[in-house]
Amino acid sequence: MRGALRAAVCVVSLALGALACSGGKSGGDVIVVGHVASMTGDTATFGRSADQGMRMAIEELNAAGGVLGKKLELVTEDDRSVTEEARTAAQKLLQRDHVVALLGEVASSRSLAAAPEAQRAKVPMISPGSTNPKVTEVGDYVFRACFIDPFQGAVMARFAMNELHAKRLAILFDFKQDYSVGLAEFFRDTVRKNGGEIVADERYTSGDIEFRAQLTTIRAANPDAIFVPGYYTELGLIAKQARELGVNVPLLGGDGWDSEKTLEIGGDAVEGYFFSTHYAADSDNPRVQEFVKRFAAKYGATPDAMAALGYDTAGILADSLKRAGTTDGAKLRDAIAATSGFDGVTGKISIDPNRNARKDAVVLQIRGGKFHYYRTVSAE
Amino acid sequence: MENLLQQLLNGVTWGSIYALIALGYTMVYGVLRLINFAHGEVYMMGAMTGYYAAHWLGFAGEPSLLGLVAVLTASMAVCGLLGALIERVAYRPLRGAGRLAPLITAIGVSLLLQNSGQLVFGADPKFFPPLLRSREVFGAGEVAVSNIQLTVLATAILLMGALQYIVQRTRFGRAMRAVSYDAPAAALMGVPVDRVISGTFVLGSMLAAAAGILVGLSNPKIDPLMGLMPGLKAFVAAVLGGIGSVPGAMVGGLLLGVIETLVTGYLSSTYRDAIAFVILVVILLYRPTGLFGAPQTEKV
Amino acid sequence: MGARGVRIGALVGALAALHWLAPLVLNPYYVTILARIGIAIVAAVSLQLVNGFTGQFSIGHAGFMALGAYSSAAFSVYLGAGVLDALGGGALARLAYFPFPLVCGGLVAAAAGLVVAVPALRLRGDYLAIATLGAGEIIRIAILNVDAVGGARGFSLASAAHPGIDLRFDSLAGVYGVAVVTIAAIARLVYSGGGLAFRAVREDETAAESLGIPTTRVKVEAFLVSSFFAGVAGALFAHSEGYIHTNSFSFVRSFELVAFVVLGGLGSLSGAVIAAATLTAAPELLRGLGEWRMILYSLLLITTMILRPQGLLGQRELFDFGRRRGAS
Repeated sequence: MRGALRAAVCVVSLALGALACSGGKSGGDVIVVGHVASMTGDTATFGRSADQGMRMAIEELNAAGGVLGKKLELVTEDDRSVTEEARTAAQKLLQRDHVVALLGEVASSRSLAAAPEAQRAKVPMISPGSTNPKVTEVGDYVFRACFIDPFQGAVMARFAMNELHAKRLAILFDFKQDYSVGLAEFFRDTVRKNGGEIVADERYTSGDIEFRAQLTTIRAANPDAIFVPGYYTELGLIAKQARELGVNVPLLGGDGWDSEKTLEIGGDAVEGYFFSTHYAADSDNPRVQEFVKRFAAKYGATPDAMAALGYDTAGILADSLKRAGTTDGAKLRDAIAATSGFDGVTGKISIDPNRNARKDAVVLQIRGGKFHYYRTVSAE
Repeated sequence: MENLLQQLLNGVTWGSIYALIALGYTMVYGVLRLINFAHGEVYMMGAMTGYYAAHWLGFAGEPSLLGLVAVLTASMAVCGLLGALIERVAYRPLRGAGRLAPLITAIGVSLLLQNSGQLVFGADPKFFPPLLRSREVFGAGEVAVSNIQLTVLATAILLMGALQYIVQRTRFGRAMRAVSYDAPAAALMGVPVDRVISGTFVLGSMLAAAAGILVGLSNPKIDPLMGLMPGLKAFVAAVLGGIGSVPGAMVGGLLLGVIETLVTGYLSSTYRDAIAFVILVVILLYRPTGLFGAPQTEKV
Repeated sequence: MGARGVRIGALVGALAALHWLAPLVLNPYYVTILARIGIAIVAAVSLQLVNGFTGQFSIGHAGFMALGAYSSAAFSVYLGAGVLDALGGGALARLAYFPFPLVCGGLVAAAAGLVVAVPALRLRGDYLAIATLGAGEIIRIAILNVDAVGGARGFSLASAAHPGIDLRFDSLAGVYGVAVVTIAAIARLVYSGGGLAFRAVREDETAAESLGIPTTRVKVEAFLVSSFFAGVAGALFAHSEGYIHTNSFSFVRSFELVAFVVLGGLGSLSGAVIAAATLTAAPELLRGLGEWRMILYSLLLITTMILRPQGLLGQRELFDFGRRRGAS
């Protein structure tokens, strides 16, 4: 017993001693904003894109004089794509860097881990890309700049039935990713509510590379279209193997498809397919074109949805700071909640009473090896 | 019925990949009684090497049979060396140290390769260049057979045949069998045990590399973590067939591929990965020597 | 009895002080890190019993932690919230309530440990390792499919029926109290006279069997106790984090625990404690370690096994756990 006690005391004092040396950032003439992001690990591309978008927005704002007479500074904390690290990252930003607001995360599970910290600290948090409805339910300091699963799932369901006249629909979703599970669920509901039929409901896990078994089963059910609400990492192979098996009906997806890798891995196989996302890089909206050009000049790549969302999230924060006139948590929170008609590159954004973004979705089609704008679906 | 045939074809093709990897496990276990945990990572390195070889040798743009053969050869050579290196550096120093230490070391090597791979190659998945243009070779009703699937099957069978020849008909093969039967006695008979063990690693790694290339061909998405699950499942396949038995590994791999595909297609893909482990537990409970293995008595 | 009573009194006093002082002195980030260290200690020590002392190489330990985490979380959300609400939710009520989800988590994990142990214990060495790895993965996939605990969306420790009740328990005193109990319990088990059986099984199972030691029962016992405490560690994790996801219990986590135990020394409780504490704190102290962390772990593992296979402490202990001299 004594040994155990001594051991515990030793450990605690060692750890305390070691951790005791760490300072915090002072206010001064800089407004510090925190970003919890997966800069390394499984979903590093999403985190990095969002970070790039935010940094570019902040650079532009600072060049134009900053906000409230001060320059904005973005401190990014890497959570390595690990769920509980998102929480410590948030804590670090809140406690060590005393950020006035928290941006992030792109993955709903990590947003759910970080949000309670922001809520407890009464610091507003805006997620650029988490689509699980539960995230904003954590508390009134948690917002998001994107639409939520119920909306997006319904978008593609209605698109399939109204535009493609599909009555028999199949689903192939990633049951390890809550994003995919959520989209599939709402797609299913909408299809059934509108008189359609789900003829096949198959699943896979992110990381899988072999889908022929599921695709063969889907093929046998003879669907008019297949909804694949997964990430680009699996989509390319799914499309290829579907074609190899002779499946020629269109595949539909969500914003998880929005990446150049979809085109790279899918190649010819993804030709003609549709997916919903937050913005279209080839939109003729001058604001979007400006953004795409400047992003390409700065980073050497076309911005994907996460980059655009990151850009808009930072923009919304800056706009809210201006309206609030202060960095005080409660007033900033109210200003964010009052955001209406913010002109972002991902559309006109208004924050609804549930702290989610009300904005249009766009449907893109893949033609000639590129994403092409096809249709806007308004936020109804 | 046609659906079933298609699924069987899918399963056998996929299973031949497991078979190629399983052979490496079974041979190494035969001579060293060691589960080479890092073997799955050799498969991954095979795919990665093939990716870079294809780009550097200039075959990435144009599909060609020559490209496939060149990339296959390059990858097998590099990974053969890698296998020998791993054995020399990580396992040989522990030759007499019981069963636990090499196992832990093997886990360490596996983790090292995975994480260094992420650092060096980048964690993002890469698209393996199409070394063969995909065509439907044969379509009878609902059953579609692509030339890529046929290539995978043919190559796998060829390699397995070559291995069987080496094991049964060459001096080296005889030496390998001697060492797996009784290493000290073989040493006493003048068999260069160290070199035989190295050679075993080389052979097994070459097969794993080939599996990596074939997977690159039929499922062209590769990433540094792609070796973990197939590695574990191939081990299960080796156990299923009887660890230490070369034909056993082949049959085990094909069987596992078919079972996995049928379960995924007809029941649910939720438990696709779990199936392999369930099979492992069942086999170890009821027939631990596997389908083809010889019963082993434990010497006190 | 007097001396022991004094020690226990001192311990309780220290924990009480920690409980009240910690939130005042430390900010939440430090509290989180220290809590994670405590949890890692519990998990590592529990694994040490099976791997280090009984010589059964289990590498799927995260699965038991997951079961403990999820079952205790479900207990709290579906049962505990109501109970706490009825009791008024005061500090004393929470203190009294806290042990229950922990024990629940431990029991569920122990039950799973029994289910795994029965087939697994027929296996030796490498086969056992793979089988336990498989078991860990199967458990994780199974949990992923249970909608009532969130599935792919993760599980928040918040009851919709009782929204005001905070089910989190981030008292450092609680975590370290449990750690002390765990270390004491396992030390008691292993370093008692009967505990020699564990090490006998580790050294030479056949010889032990021939000496009349019921090896199967010993192994099962080791598995049961080990998975119980792993479940407790998982429950602590769930109640400290407030939100759990199966991603936190993958084989990477299992390997980390194996690393703690091996690097600390297979057969040393103090070694496991030190390794767990150091390796959990290190990534936080050394910024930029990020991508290199796992590479460092694996290199450490490999070089340790080749150069110093007994790890840091081998089978020795730094603290006096009541070991009888000469009875090693």
